[in-house]
Amino acid sequence: MAKMNLLQAINSALITVMEQDQRVMVFGEDVGHFGGVFRATSNLQEKFGRARCFNTPLTEQGIIGFANGLASQGSVPVAEIQFGDYIFPAFDQIVNETAKFRYRSGGQFSCGTLTIRTPYGGGIAGGLYHSQSPEAFFAHCPGLKIVVPRNPYQAKGLLLASIRDDNPVLFMEPKRLYRASVSEVPEEDYELELGKADLVQEGKDITLLGWGAQIEILQKAADMALDDGVSCEIIDLRSIMPWDAHTVAESVMKTGRLLINHEAPQTGGFASEIAATIQDKCFLYLEAPIARVCGLDTPYPLAHEKEYMPDQFKTYEAIKRTLKY
Amino acid sequence: MQDRNHLARVNTTHQVHIIENGLIDIPMLQILKPDGTLHNEAREPELNEDTARKIYDTMEYIRVLDERMIGAQRQGRISFYLASTGEEAAAVASAAALSEHDMIMSQYREQGALAYRGYTTSQFMNQMFSNEKDPNKGRQMPIHYGDKPLNFMTISSPLGTQIPQAAGYAYGQKMAGNEAITICYFGEGAASEGDFHAGLNMAAVLNCPVIFFCRNNGYAISTPADEQFAGDGIASRGLGYGIKTIRVDGNDPLAVFAATQQARKIALEEQCPVLIEAMTYRLAAHSTSDDPTGYRSREEEDKWRAKDPIQRMAKWLQQKGWFDEKANKQLIEESRQAVLAALKEAEKVPVNPIDDIVSDVYSDVPWHLEEQLNNLKQHIRKYPGEYPKTSGRVK
Ligand SMILES: Cc1ncc(C[n+]2csc(CCOP(=O)(O)OP(=O)(O)O)c2C)c(N)n1
Repeated sequence: MAKMNLLQAINSALITVMEQDQRVMVFGEDVGHFGGVFRATSNLQEKFGRARCFNTPLTEQGIIGFANGLASQGSVPVAEIQFGDYIFPAFDQIVNETAKFRYRSGGQFSCGTLTIRTPYGGGIAGGLYHSQSPEAFFAHCPGLKIVVPRNPYQAKGLLLASIRDDNPVLFMEPKRLYRASVSEVPEEDYELELGKADLVQEGKDITLLGWGAQIEILQKAADMALDDGVSCEIIDLRSIMPWDAHTVAESVMKTGRLLINHEAPQTGGFASEIAATIQDKCFLYLEAPIARVCGLDTPYPLAHEKEYMPDQFKTYEAIKRTLKY
Repeated sequence: MQDRNHLARVNTTHQVHIIENGLIDIPMLQILKPDGTLHNEAREPELNEDTARKIYDTMEYIRVLDERMIGAQRQGRISFYLASTGEEAAAVASAAALSEHDMIMSQYREQGALAYRGYTTSQFMNQMFSNEKDPNKGRQMPIHYGDKPLNFMTISSPLGTQIPQAAGYAYGQKMAGNEAITICYFGEGAASEGDFHAGLNMAAVLNCPVIFFCRNNGYAISTPADEQFAGDGIASRGLGYGIKTIRVDGNDPLAVFAATQQARKIALEEQCPVLIEAMTYRLAAHSTSDDPTGYRSREEEDKWRAKDPIQRMAKWLQQKGWFDEKANKQLIEESRQAVLAALKEAEKVPVNPIDDIVSDVYSDVPWHLEEQLNNLKQHIRKYPGEYPKTSGRVK
């Protein structure tokens, strides 16, 4: 075990897999010698050479198109998109190509070895173009897995599993947690199962569901609710696609209430999909409508960031409303 | 009728004929020597004393502004800043060659163009402090300026997106019969984006009166130009798209002015795009979030410091008898005071009221945003201490 922050855990996962598998290549904007603007890829070029860890020209479309080709050849690309907000120039390559490669070739070719890493989310005074949470756009697209870690331990285990998964994975890193805290992370190899939610805290009155940096928010809100005698169960979804409806449904059948929290705008956000599925699976168990605490249906503002965020106070109020229903 | 067969213009060869990159030799326009005298065959552009002084003073002003704002960022007063140190001539001297009716579409390092147009110190500050007087209504990070009266399009962070937009804007100007063109600034890094290729091709085929102005400053964050592109810079791509192209010394204000003046004339008279590649160097860090010592040497920077465009122009002005050392010192001091005063002033102005969180998403506020705003206000009333920037005004 070693103390690592989220960036170091990602770095450690990359070193682990690059040591084991010659086919792994890590690239993106400023990723080479500099180690990426957040330094997640520090030292990789020194350790593994410029052929396996390199800077690309500034073209997200090019990076993912290139990665698709590499992956279809059998190499194992780990491509970085510098900010989740800048994934959209690569949208066509991801949605129309990465995701459909296997299906359209009858399973002859695929981009299954590809992992796309990207920082996402707000809370860092980043304004419109450095704060977005684009997971719902990609969840709508069959053929991609989407994974979001919430702490350093999860980050290493989930990233290793993502890189080795037979499907293209979009690995979204909560940038506001990058250096926020350190925790114990094994130095050796380990994997955490994809598609499996994590029960963070047991409770009996309401299930709070989220992912990434929002888990902290849920914990704070649950602490506030505890003072009122409300016992919250907290689930970290970890994989947005495929998502662990079974674990969520089981929890909701126990607590009878569900609150989903995400940073992205509410309309068409992934919370809508979860709410629809859970009311289908748990209709007779529900004692209140499923609550959503999300970003507003506006772009992510700068000066009003605090107001925009689905924070612990908004979450706490929604818990109270749900319990009082 | 014109022969539209694209093969009609092709020469034939009967050996495998390989054209190497080195064969396209694009010269760089240079007028001023580092000592401020003119190169032998160089012709001085038509530049009267007032315009020359305005170019010079704006460059000095921008250097002061950059210095002070980096300081303000270090003190935690603003969250972010991006300096143009060493590249002032590229933005300022090019803007000086335009008409005020021409549209400017900027990347983010062209505060010099905006200042040349008359953007005031307070205006810079209001945007950077995201206060109530910021025309962007506090939505964007510092340096994302935009000003409709000055024909300066609001900056968007995703790189390269303004390049095809500039082609479209220029086409609109042409269709409207305006005596105006569009200039679009971007870095050599942004020139790798798909939007660059799409934009240049559209502009060339549709004959758009647009100047594509690339600041080739050697780096895109930590990525040096030789990891950004192979081949002869950005200029050679203009030729590939069939666009008239000029390469210019970006640290030579007179050359930048002359090149842009010529480019504008062509764009307007011939209604077609022109590409300018200004060879310069980003002396500053990429932004206040960057540390260039991690990827380049002091010696490399010093080499370029010796080519400082401001000093080069000062020497030329001196030779013209248009430069007064004492007055210049005083002007710099005054700029420093003005920036400091405006900074203190802007800092005190509150942010926009919370209602602005939902305005401008659409032309009207639809019901669901109205509802979300009302819920938010109710929430803020309940927790005024948690939202101190706005709670005072939510009654
Ligand atoms: C589409 C997109 N990808 C990545 C970024 C992050 N980014 C901001 S500035 C920058 C470097 C730009 O370099 P260049 O265009 O050469 O301009 P310079 O900063 O050198 O003036 C990068 C990668 C972005 N803003 N937009």
